[in-house]
Amino acid sequence: MDLKDKLVSSFLAFEDKVDVHNPVHDIRSEAMKTFEAKGFPSKKEEAWKYTSLNTLQKIDFSIFPKEENALEYNDVKKYFLHEIDSYKIVFIDGIYSSYLSETTHDGVDICLMSAALTKPMYKQVIDVYFNKIASKDDSLTSLNTAFSREGAYIYIPKNKMPKKPVEILHLATGNEAALMLQPRSLVIVEENAELQVIERHQSITGNEVLTNSVTEIFAAKNAIVDYYKVQNDADTASLIDNTYINQKDKSVVNVHTFSFGGKLTRNNLNFYQNGEYVDSTMKGVTIIGEKQHVDHHTLVHHIEPNCESHQDYKGIYGENATGVFNGKIIVDKIAQKTNAFQQNNNILVSDKATINTKPQLEIFADDVKCSHGCTIGQLDEDALFYLQSRGIPKKEARALLMYAFANNVLASVRIPELKVRINKLIAKKLGVNLGFDL
Amino acid sequence: MAYTEEELKKELETKEYEYGFYTAIESDTFPKGLNEGIVRAISKKKNEPQWMTDWRLEAFRIWEKMEEPDWANVHYEKPDFQAISYYSAPKKDPNRSLDDVDPELLAMYKKLGISVDEQKKLQNVAVDIVVDSVSVATTFKKTLGEKGIIFMPISEAIQEHPELVKKYMGTVVPKTDNFYAALNSAVFTDGSFCYIPKGVRCPMELSTYFRINEGGTGQFERTLVIADESSYVSYLEGCTAPSRDENQLHAAVVELIALDNAEIKYSTVQNWYPGNKEGKGGVYNFVTKRGLCENNSKISWTQVETGSAVTWKYPSCILKGNNSVGEFYSIAVTNNFQQADTGTKMIHLGKNTKSTIISKGISAGKSQNSYRGLVQIGSRAENARNFSQCDSLLMGNECGAHTFPYIEVKNKTAQIEHEATTSKIGEDQIFYCNQRGINTEKAIALIVNGFSKEVLNKLPMEFAVEAQKLLEISLEGSVG
Repeated sequence: MDLKDKLVSSFLAFEDKVDVHNPVHDIRSEAMKTFEAKGFPSKKEEAWKYTSLNTLQKIDFSIFPKEENALEYNDVKKYFLHEIDSYKIVFIDGIYSSYLSETTHDGVDICLMSAALTKPMYKQVIDVYFNKIASKDDSLTSLNTAFSREGAYIYIPKNKMPKKPVEILHLATGNEAALMLQPRSLVIVEENAELQVIERHQSITGNEVLTNSVTEIFAAKNAIVDYYKVQNDADTASLIDNTYINQKDKSVVNVHTFSFGGKLTRNNLNFYQNGEYVDSTMKGVTIIGEKQHVDHHTLVHHIEPNCESHQDYKGIYGENATGVFNGKIIVDKIAQKTNAFQQNNNILVSDKATINTKPQLEIFADDVKCSHGCTIGQLDEDALFYLQSRGIPKKEARALLMYAFANNVLASVRIPELKVRINKLIAKKLGVNLGFDL
Repeated sequence: MAYTEEELKKELETKEYEYGFYTAIESDTFPKGLNEGIVRAISKKKNEPQWMTDWRLEAFRIWEKMEEPDWANVHYEKPDFQAISYYSAPKKDPNRSLDDVDPELLAMYKKLGISVDEQKKLQNVAVDIVVDSVSVATTFKKTLGEKGIIFMPISEAIQEHPELVKKYMGTVVPKTDNFYAALNSAVFTDGSFCYIPKGVRCPMELSTYFRINEGGTGQFERTLVIADESSYVSYLEGCTAPSRDENQLHAAVVELIALDNAEIKYSTVQNWYPGNKEGKGGVYNFVTKRGLCENNSKISWTQVETGSAVTWKYPSCILKGNNSVGEFYSIAVTNNFQQADTGTKMIHLGKNTKSTIISKGISAGKSQNSYRGLVQIGSRAENARNFSQCDSLLMGNECGAHTFPYIEVKNKTAQIEHEATTSKIGEDQIFYCNQRGINTEKAIALIVNGFSKEVLNKLPMEFAVEAQKLLEISLEGSVG
């Protein structure tokens, strides 16, 4: 039985576990129909031209974990940003772990999607926001919507700012031979409120994991959201991450994606600018090797005038790695005075690495400044020689240059401890000790 | 200003499409529709050898199984391939000497501003003129013959040089390549053939002029240019069609082959009828152009696209040989309801290959202008180098500019740069010109000219002047 059939038949079992009379379930059933009709995307589709899901579909994933698993904090401590205090929402094999988590209802809601979807007190919010910007045509997003039950739920009311950042950690224990996870998160940041989130998917053992995640983020007027995605998973874990962001007037949303690990990673990052003077930033560093595959698909839809968007993606590809970047900027007719910038720089360090990039502009307004730049190249031999001539070994010199190449993206990380952590990850990935922390 | 606004408007309306005249020439047109019989009939009419007929039939069978592509960023009513006549020729098959050419035809060329006679004397350009589907006049054949250069309609080449045609036709653009290439392979009626022998530098510009005259016909010409080792040729192509309400179809195939150390420069000024202000009529221009570069060779495409209702065209270079160079310079102008989806493909296969892409898109009115390009570096293409630049200029807020650059790299020594910008003409720029007594219309022409200069400079002299004029005409009245 292939994965699609399995998912379709699992939906019946899933219906036994949830309240089918909840209006949310109508949304799920509708989404299931979409997925049934469309199935998994194939390489024939333009958006999936360079990324194939065929091998993943052959794996016999279990859709629901059979038992609840527990982990000791000390075993997973390293996956947390433990240097600082933070709110934590932790899931083990898709099931909430109250033991590892630290949630709050004190002024702000940092809790669970399952609670939000079922408890009457959240109904009003769910009616307004749930599945409102997530695509209703995209098959994988629909699949997630159909099985949406658990994930993070964050609601920051007007003029509030939680005291500390929020960490969302999805752990897979590997007690199942192969596991498919579908976390569904909802983040709402109201007027003048602020929020910082660090999100991470981590599998503990070498068993296959496929995560198909959907996150919806709503930033109201003047809201500020910083969202960091740390993707440094085991080489048997694959991630399809769908993020939809809706921005209102003068809101600022920054999304940083750090992709170092994982077998196949696909990031669909979609920004919808539904207000004026909106600022959207998406930055990413990708450093991969072996047979890893990372695919960044970004979309910025400029719907209203006077907005800005900035994209900066850096990639370093070694061994047999494949990198994909597809950045799309759409500027609507009325979105005059839009400034949209997109930059994608890549370094290939191996003969067998491949990079496919497609920076795309679709512009319907005339008074705009839009540009994109894309480069593919190597490390500068002269710079390398310069460093070597000053007694820095070649390996370190190369690492330094690569580090400098990616540094632009790190500069805008606003949690210092996270920056240090990312630095260490980069150093580790490049196989050197840089000898300094930024 | 000397004009009142009314007068200017009136003039613009009449000036819209200068070349939109229809010359009443008695012509021999096939019944509409396409089937094996028609393909055979075309082949028979052309008195072709059996291998050619078989080649066409094979292409036709491939085409029947293919589906019309719809990935391009253009929207149009799909042509009904059974409502097109696949052969139309001026009836009095004019002899090849100029004196015998139908006087009406000559008058037509005069209107086009390319008096065959004059051009022959003054500009040192050899011209092959294709009206509807048939080549009607080739000039300078004799002078070229002395150098061993073959320049003739492809239908004649099939008769006279079958070995060359057989060897090269379909090698760069195979019959199976795409829907329109297959269609063209089945029904092409004429086009130009050019062969430059080893070590010869073609002393003059070679030129083909295409014109669709008859209504309800499609033009399917096939051009094959072969530059043998160490040779050089510069080739020009111009296109026009009369104004008509129905959409005419133009599906050409151009194949260039540059053997070792050879250089081919191919320039196009495309000015098919773009349709009227309401977007009615106009030519569908679905063209497959591709060049193959052997070692140390160079192919350079330059195009100025101002016409056609729908353009779908990607002149490409396959850089197969080591040290080969591909260039693509393009200006695409769209106005009113025109749609253009154009760009290039640079396929780097050999070592030390280089390519340059400069694309300038100008959209005005309610038009949509897309750049679609592919730069592909194969795993064995060491030290490949590419530079791409795509700039778009938007005039008015109802048009659109789009870029779809694909970059696929499989070799770590590759160096690729891609840049794209979109902007409009700055008010301060216009104000600056106004201050100095240049009216707005002129100022825009000036700025557009500057914007396109990089590409215009690549055109041969006479063409550059024509292209500049065309730019002005196509953008007239687009900014108010």
